[in-house]
Amino acid sequence: MKKLITSALMRAFARSSPHMRALGFELISVEAGVAMGRIANRPEFVGDPRTGVIHGGVVTSLLDSVGGAAVLGKLRRPMPIATLDLRIDYLRPSAPERELTARVECYRATRNVAFTRGFAYDGDPDDPVASMAASYMLRTQAVRRSG
Amino acid sequence: MADTTSPPSADRVDQLNRLLETIPYVHLLGLRAEILGDEPVLVMPGDARLVGNPALPALHGGAVGALLESAAIIGTMWQANLTKVPKTITITINYLRSGRIEATRARASITKRGRRVATVSVQACQADPEMPIAVGHAHLLLAAP
Repeated sequence: MKKLITSALMRAFARSSPHMRALGFELISVEAGVAMGRIANRPEFVGDPRTGVIHGGVVTSLLDSVGGAAVLGKLRRPMPIATLDLRIDYLRPSAPERELTARVECYRATRNVAFTRGFAYDGDPDDPVASMAASYMLRTQAVRRSG
Repeated sequence: MADTTSPPSADRVDQLNRLLETIPYVHLLGLRAEILGDEPVLVMPGDARLVGNPALPALHGGAVGALLESAAIIGTMWQANLTKVPKTITITINYLRSGRIEATRARASITKRGRRVATVSVQACQADPEMPIAVGHAHLLLAAP
């Protein structure tokens, strides 16, 4: 597999997002079109205090970011991208205090749009807590600046 | 004389904000409910920690998603007079414009309330209420009464 975007570059990309830094997001790996990342389940991420289940917004942030990394991994060169749409299905409640891992595949990239799908899980990859499908616009800033 | 009508909106929004304060992630994002007309609007203050793309800069899609999902839940609880918090089954978010680092307001409307599931539309705007930065559609699982 070609890795024209190095892991170090991708980690720098992850760190450059203040929101992901604030949440403690960590990019694990980026292969050609497949990215993995994780986030610790901190007490301040709880969305339901009665059960301790994590807020859906944290899952959304994780999957959106890992999806973006998968797109850049597929394109093999850095470019500005922006999420066009994102669908999340919550398959089951996550276990309280468990770290969340996301694995997202970019299965198709056209000139303008890249398509992804993936899962988030809290231990067993075969027993995911959420699934996602998202598409991303490519070369967003370039278009905006020249247009 | 006993008052059987719903309490006034101001009391209800205080009640709503007390509920919001008990939810750690909602507290972290700084979400607060306000009343616009007769409906609650959920406000997410502009905050440097919510930036996803520092080059623009723009709000992270996840932060906008969290606001939309929270607004869908809160709006549904308000409009359907629920005391139990519904669970999100699925949410689809369309990102229309990059979000500036300023206050973002989200409001929900119930498209259909079924016995078990509510179908909810939600939209988020910034300074211009006519120019949404994101819209969402959610299915929420209603708790058994």
